[in-house]
Amino acid sequence: MFARRFKILALLACVVGALMLPQRARAQENYFVTYTHHMEEPGNLEFATKSVTGFPGAGNAFWGNAMEMEYGVKTWWTSELYLDSQTTANESSVFTGFRFENRFRPLLQEHWINPVLYAEFEDINSADKALLEVVGHDGIADFLGRNDRTEKEREVELKLILSSNFRGWNVAENMIAEKNIAGEPWEFGYAVAVSRPLSLAASPKACRFCRENFAIGAELYGGLGDRYSFGLHDTSHYFAPTMAFHLPSGPTFSVSPAAGLNSNSHGFLLRFGVAYEINQFVSRLRGK
Amino acid sequence: MMRAQRTPLLMCLIFLLGASVLYAGGGDGLWMTKVPDRERARQNPFDSEANAVAAGAKLFRQNCTSCHGSEATGVKNRPNLHSERVRAATPGELEWLLKNGSMRNGMPSWSRLPEQQRWQIVAFLKSLQ
Repeated sequence: MFARRFKILALLACVVGALMLPQRARAQENYFVTYTHHMEEPGNLEFATKSVTGFPGAGNAFWGNAMEMEYGVKTWWTSELYLDSQTTANESSVFTGFRFENRFRPLLQEHWINPVLYAEFEDINSADKALLEVVGHDGIADFLGRNDRTEKEREVELKLILSSNFRGWNVAENMIAEKNIAGEPWEFGYAVAVSRPLSLAASPKACRFCRENFAIGAELYGGLGDRYSFGLHDTSHYFAPTMAFHLPSGPTFSVSPAAGLNSNSHGFLLRFGVAYEINQFVSRLRGK
Repeated sequence: MMRAQRTPLLMCLIFLLGASVLYAGGGDGLWMTKVPDRERARQNPFDSEANAVAAGAKLFRQNCTSCHGSEATGVKNRPNLHSERVRAATPGELEWLLKNGSMRNGMPSWSRLPEQQRWQIVAFLKSLQ
């Protein structure tokens, strides 16, 4: 029942956002797991969904979804709220919790390597399948049981994001540390990614399917164990090509098929997402 | 045990407070003084391309009009780009500003746009003269 209400609310939010008809809106997501140093423009609000489907051989297929609202507080400060839900075949659809994160850019100019500090609090339960990051000993075994929301996972997550732009390429590395505040040990993970637009220069004519509107790339992410068993043992890892299509003055569509790299990983995950940015959201609300 | 549980929360609070204090300062509006001489002297590689202004105008519409307006005259207190400062700025200075932003003053970095597209926007800005 709650999941149904959540879906209706999500749909309403999308409709309201679309009705506001921003003059020009362009989301900027090229990756699903990896963050870059590119912040949300101040005053802009981005609605996005990040979905992942998996088909574990010994379990039921699932669709995990994170609905994201990202707001540019300042040029150097971006804040995000995620609402997670999931549907598992032959089981149920459930709301699985929320995440609140903030990203801070400490250096106010471009450098070869641009650091961003990331802090997140998440209150999710053990049925969560959004797979927004892979840490510790996360693996396919977590997805084989039936939907169970009894275990609360209140966690803090810190990331050091390093990102560079070079000749049209973006290269980003994330180092992740996550801790369940119920007393479990720190868990670690990583994500690295590269991407590039298909064309670096813009064409002079308005066009939807110009090469400059497409970006391709790849992500590599996985867990690195925890404080007591740091390393690759009993961890999962994925390699995922990515493709994003920025519809001018409209949404950004992205897709990423991910291949598991070891027996502890899902064999295949398909990620897809839509993002839509509303320029100067607060000013629009005030009617200015 | 309780102390161990509080440690991550305390770390987060310290982290957030530290970040807030770090950015308590206001803007200086002096971005032009920060442009390195080498960047300042750069010429627009798209100067000789007839389509650069049109491409730059398109990019401007897509990325800049929410703050600077469709006529580049500025929205609310955002800068009017038909200004003496923009006219006097070298192409290298404008490209540097697009790349780095003037973050203390609310101008974001547009480093997510490829350098070629930033130069196309510069060509458009210079055409406003």
